Amino acid sequence: MLNLADVIKSFRLPDKTNLKILDVPKFVVDEGEQVVLIGESGGGKTTLLNCIAGITKVDSGFISIDGVPIAGRSETGRDKVRASKYGYVFQTFNLLPGFTALENVRLGMTFAAGRHNLARAKELLDRVGLSDRIHHKPAALSVGQQQRVAVARALANRPRLLLADEPTANIDPANQQMIIDLIRNCCEQENIAMLMVTHSMQIAEQFERVERLEDINRVVASKS
Amino acid sequence: MNIFHIALKNLMQRGLASLLTMFSMALGVALVVMVLSIGWVLTESFSRNSNVGYNLLVGSKGGSLQLTLNTVFYLSSPIEVIPYEEYLEYLPGDGRQKEIGKIGGRIAEPERKGSYSSYMGGGFAVPVCLGDYLDQYRVVATKPDFFVNLRYGEAGQFEYSFKSGRNFEEYNEENGYYEAVIGSQVAATLGKQVGDTFKVAHNAPGKENEHAEEFVIVGILASSGTPNDRAAFINLEGFYFMEGHKRAFEDKLNPDELKQDVERNEEFAGQPPRVPLEKRDLTAVLVKPASGRFAMLMEKPINKRPNVQAASPMEEIGNLFANIVNPVKYALLALTTVICAVSGVSILVSIYNSMNERKRDIAVMRALGARREMVVFIILLEATLIACCGGFLGWFIGHGVGAVFSPLVEARTGIQIGFFTMTIYEGLIIPALILVAILAGVIPAFVAYRTDVSKNLTS
Repeated sequence: MLNLADVIKSFRLPDKTNLKILDVPKFVVDEGEQVVLIGESGGGKTTLLNCIAGITKVDSGFISIDGVPIAGRSETGRDKVRASKYGYVFQTFNLLPGFTALENVRLGMTFAAGRHNLARAKELLDRVGLSDRIHHKPAALSVGQQQRVAVARALANRPRLLLADEPTANIDPANQQMIIDLIRNCCEQENIAMLMVTHSMQIAEQFERVERLEDINRVVASKS
Repeated sequence: MNIFHIALKNLMQRGLASLLTMFSMALGVALVVMVLSIGWVLTESFSRNSNVGYNLLVGSKGGSLQLTLNTVFYLSSPIEVIPYEEYLEYLPGDGRQKEIGKIGGRIAEPERKGSYSSYMGGGFAVPVCLGDYLDQYRVVATKPDFFVNLRYGEAGQFEYSFKSGRNFEEYNEENGYYEAVIGSQVAATLGKQVGDTFKVAHNAPGKENEHAEEFVIVGILASSGTPNDRAAFINLEGFYFMEGHKRAFEDKLNPDELKQDVERNEEFAGQPPRVPLEKRDLTAVLVKPASGRFAMLMEKPINKRPNVQAASPMEEIGNLFANIVNPVKYALLALTTVICAVSGVSILVSIYNSMNERKRDIAVMRALGARREMVVFIILLEATLIACCGGFLGWFIGHGVGAVFSPLVEARTGIQIGFFTMTIYEGLIIPALILVAILAGVIPAFVAYRTDVSKNLTS
């Protein structure tokens, strides 16, 4: 379902030299599969997620989701694929502060044309246990509640792959497991594949497939 | 939820800043509306006064502009006088003989027609004497014909009418020679009504200069938006009876040895005697010949006469307004352009300043699938919303202010400014102003377009 082949990504440094961050010869996530990616800080985990989502353009290589290539597309083309195929849960939630929980969930639907569905937005918020908070703005929600809204938002467009970048990093331990369970359950229910970055071994151990960054990224492997 | 909803939400999120920007835009538009209204009132006022209802002003030699300012606008200091005989030269047909017979006194060649009577068929001549005051307002001594013959409006399409009462009469048994009509603004300011009386002050306002004679107000003019709203009109005959108004100099134009005594006609024998012809002077004669071409033909010979000049009031007013009103209009236009620019810049600054704090939000929207063009559209829509809301608010404020001050403007100029009184320029400048404001959103939109998603998602 998600295929990466020979993906290379470098960043230009101020001294005009290139710093290679990613060199991924092959990486695959199957349909409905839940994968955890672990690795040291600064190893390129977030960059890899951004490349997969088409947020960051790769230097070379091939990335496709559901057979639809994304890496070689224009920025507008990548935006289109991202809106229809991906859900993204950020470490810092990234809810828009001026919008209510319901509006934040509907926001993603607005950007993916033809998928506007108020009932689904409400149902998702109900599923993450926030049916009584749909008209609250992020500032009026706890961090755990904010991340639950972010999960609902990521699922709103029925994506094929949910990308989660350390979704529990900013959440108190009591709520961490609840968020992980929520993401896993929702993905299972809707047959959505998941690729989650985490530093927590306690969380990683709960998943069948755990990938270490150094195993898939030659750049990290060469350093270690 | 749609793009419009998202743009609106973004504005509401920065509520105070958005409101202040909108208000700044509203003030800009309100200023433009008010400036345009002032320009319109000026132009309209000019249009109404540009056609005074006659072609020539005959008065004492001197500046033709001063003669016009004095006689048409009742401004500037009074000029020298001309003999009453001058007026008689312009009376159509046998008007000269009739007038001589009505008044009596010493005059040369009483049997002949007026020198210019052949040009005057269907036209008129109205004498005026200036120099006295009612409070701060100028008093115009004239004949009842003033309100019968004169017209106003751009095409001279309006007749003078009376809000109350009637035109004064040259003589009647009730008030003798002492009837008067006052302008609408004079009546409003001094609280005068029909039936009230007043005394006029000689040469300068003030109780100490007042003449003993009292004039009875028999009519109050309806507002016309002309200088006549700000004047009092008294009967010429009554004017001559007041102290200091009889001729006190030698008439070089009409030497006494050429004159002969003329008795009044019998039909006027029942009326009290009038001030004789040789004791009468005038400030000016308002002349409308049979045609405009005749006026041009008359101008040269009149100017050859000693101590007399003919001025074309419409030409003088045209020059005056070209020199004063047009520069003011251009200044107002420049002012509106500056206001437009300032309003546009205020929107630009407001949205641009918010861009730094909004880069993360833009990155989130992009990460959720919003295309670059969509984000640009949202920013432009925000600028449009501010510009349109500010524009409409400003339009209401501008016209509201106009409506509030309408009675004052009407009292001063006779021009009504209704809430929905719009100038043609408004239809162009306000949409242009909104367009400028929208264009001001282009730079912030470009910043949004260039926002680095991955960098701002993690910042």
